[in-house]
Amino acid sequence: MPSLFQQIQAGTLWDFHGGIHPPVRKSITSRKPIGLMPLPSRLYVPFRQHIGVSGQILVTQGQYVLKGQALTSADNAMTVPVHSPTSGTILAITEHTSPHPSALPEKVFVIEPDGLEQWRPRQPLNIATADQQMILERIQDSGIAGMGGAGFPTHIKAGMQQPVDYLIVNAVECEPYISADDALMQEAPTTIVKGIDILCKLLNPKAVLIGIEEDKPIAIAALKAACSQREHYFVRPVPVKYPSGGEKQLIQLLTNKEVPAGRRPADIGIVMHNVGTLFAVAQAVLDDHPLISRIVTVTGETLLNPQNVHALLGTPVADLLSFCGFQAEPQQKVIMGGPMMGFTLPDLSVPVVKTTNCILAPSAQELPDAGPELDCIRCGACADACPATLLPQQLLWYSKAKDHDKLKEYHLSDCIECGACAYVCPSEIPLVQYYRIAKAEIREQQRETLKAEQAKARFEARNARLEAEKQARLARNQQLAAERQQNQQQTGAKDAVAEALARIKAKQAESIAETSHDAIVAERELKKQQAREYQAQKALKAATEQIGEVDAAPTPVSEDPRQAAVAAAIARAKAKKAATEQVGEAATAPTPVSEDPRQAAVAAAIARAKAKKAATEQVGEADTAPTPVSEDPRQAAVAAAIARAKAKKAATEHASEQLAQQEHDVPISHSDTAPAPANEDPRQAAVAAAIARAKARKAAVKSEGEEG
Amino acid sequence: MTLMTALLALGILALLFGALLGYSAIRFKVESDPLVEQIDDILPQTQCGQCGYPGCRPYAEAIANGDEINKCPPGGEATIKKLAELMGVEAKPLNAAQEPSIKRVAFIREDECIGCTKCIQACPVDAILGASKLMHTVIADECTGCDLCVEPCPVDCIDMIPVPVTAERWKWDLQAIPVKLVE
Repeated sequence: MPSLFQQIQAGTLWDFHGGIHPPVRKSITSRKPIGLMPLPSRLYVPFRQHIGVSGQILVTQGQYVLKGQALTSADNAMTVPVHSPTSGTILAITEHTSPHPSALPEKVFVIEPDGLEQWRPRQPLNIATADQQMILERIQDSGIAGMGGAGFPTHIKAGMQQPVDYLIVNAVECEPYISADDALMQEAPTTIVKGIDILCKLLNPKAVLIGIEEDKPIAIAALKAACSQREHYFVRPVPVKYPSGGEKQLIQLLTNKEVPAGRRPADIGIVMHNVGTLFAVAQAVLDDHPLISRIVTVTGETLLNPQNVHALLGTPVADLLSFCGFQAEPQQKVIMGGPMMGFTLPDLSVPVVKTTNCILAPSAQELPDAGPELDCIRCGACADACPATLLPQQLLWYSKAKDHDKLKEYHLSDCIECGACAYVCPSEIPLVQYYRIAKAEIREQQRETLKAEQAKARFEARNARLEAEKQARLARNQQLAAERQQNQQQTGAKDAVAEALARIKAKQAESIAETSHDAIVAERELKKQQAREYQAQKALKAATEQIGEVDAAPTPVSEDPRQAAVAAAIARAKAKKAATEQVGEAATAPTPVSEDPRQAAVAAAIARAKAKKAATEQVGEADTAPTPVSEDPRQAAVAAAIARAKAKKAATEHASEQLAQQEHDVPISHSDTAPAPANEDPRQAAVAAAIARAKARKAAVKSEGEEG
Repeated sequence: MTLMTALLALGILALLFGALLGYSAIRFKVESDPLVEQIDDILPQTQCGQCGYPGCRPYAEAIANGDEINKCPPGGEATIKKLAELMGVEAKPLNAAQEPSIKRVAFIREDECIGCTKCIQACPVDAILGASKLMHTVIADECTGCDLCVEPCPVDCIDMIPVPVTAERWKWDLQAIPVKLVE
């Protein structure tokens, strides 16, 4: 059993599954010389004519450009530039109907040729001395993208790092009507072989296989002659069958290898280039002639002179057709590409681009519209015809049902959209259209999924950021609080809030203790009383001193002792009254009083209020006869002090004589205190004294305020 | 004696295999994707809140807890179908109140923007660029079209514009190409 390489060398051919034999109709154009058409009045050069992204614009509106001048830059690996096909002026950079089935507007350079065909300076590379990188850059800068139809940037396929066993040159051109590559091979076989040489220099393949359909005898002969000097170049005529020009199909034909699903030929050591691409590569490297023109088959029964035309990229289809004697029928359709894989143009201003190999203007009899679509009868003819060994009818069901998982399961992505299934379908179902729609939907969904992932990542990143910011803020606040606390402790100052809390707690505890222990209450009252006495004494002392200082004589005090005395007396009387009432209350219900100190407090409060009232009255009195008081606020203070002293005295007396003087109400009354009912309770006296004090203070304040 | 030997042997074997299984259950434990994660992966992550929850993940949690699966207008039919499959429930049409909308992205009329940063704070995916008192703009590629920035804008300078159809995004029109060749 000879090895694969030996078999290939020996010229063995294999076969691929399915395929169809439509009428080829290539002879209309294939034997004619390539026509050279005059410059069109306008050229529409789309920014992007390949698979990938378009480059940055290098020219401006109104600028004069030379033939071959780059209009966009090759700033990205997936970018190939476009060039000015002739010298002239950039009229506009605008949108124009695209050469795409969608016919969506697309950015184009509109160029008005000046007819001079002035070239930019050209620097041909010497293939013997140039290194790989230089050649690859030249291929990219010359804007070369696959000219077989897909438009994949050639420099990527030519700069492959993987080892390459076979370089396959695709000269099959299996689609009916099209003879552009045939014409090119007949006309320029040596240039094509030079292109193969350049690719061999870049890829170092073991062998070069040139696949070409048997119905192109002149081209086969020409190529064989051109390759006669190269030992490892094999021209392999293949049987006429559609779609043997498909990449995977041709690989299978020539090497019996199958490209695994979802992989590229490079993964199995094979690189394939279209013959037109190789011609362009040779021109670009050896002549520094960028890709600005191509051969287009213009054919169909509505043309008087169908032929292959050497057309500048950007030439409107209408110009090409009129050059070939187009006589439009009613409801004429014009197809860009072949009858199997092409698409109908919406209007004839669409320009020729790098991937345009055919313009087909058929008559209605030649290529009638498809009949009405009928139901699938499950005949299985499509499965027999499918070159990718798929199950087209299953794919149709799932496409209609939009069941994308099932479509993946049935390998929709391996469909090459050759149209063989639709061609054989007896129900005239446009199967490929369904697949195209499904593929577009799947692509869209993948894009959505990707976007959702990105959005999720961004959303999560944002949340993480916000959370981190929040945490940072919290940490900073805590740190600041800690620092503050530390500072306070260092300076000895305690936390005011904590202190206040402690105080409140202590008070609460006290009150609890009070409620349970009457004795303690009494003791406390006593202590308070003592404290008050002390304070009153101090105040009296202070007042006396003050008076002494200011007036140098205590006369004013004696001058108006009555007033103060009267006021104090009134206050006292009132307080007493209140106290009496309170005592009465206490007497009637003494248990609750002792039980609840709050009641006592309430009573005291009432007393105080009354005392206040009394004080106000007193002030009124003071106003009516205020001469000394208003004259000197100090007098009032003195009076108050005296009152206080008296009160204290009374209290003291009362404290000391509490028991003994119980019946001596009248004798004590001379001292104005009249504490008769009060001596029943030491507390009462204290209250009275306090009231008196309060009144005095108030009076003092009042008088001061008046003066002020 | 034979009985004892048999019992002993079987017992030892049982212990041995039990230990082996127990060990492998720990050693080779498979971290299964929790349901919420799976649901969240299906949702379109626009974080638009049209479902009534404050984001996709809360809605995913709600679905896991038994909420309806048809509350996501940006996801549309496809999402509902996937959710129905995952949750093992019947796919329902989108909630009548929530119409599936065409894809839109936010666009700031930049000469009207006052630079208040309110939209930046509203954007769940950080797709708006700008700083205080400086003009803002939307990164169209990152915008999920959730509408959340429209409301906070004090000068109403944000428009939701439909995403333009490009050749790459274009969905084929049936009837466009006659693929039949007749002799």
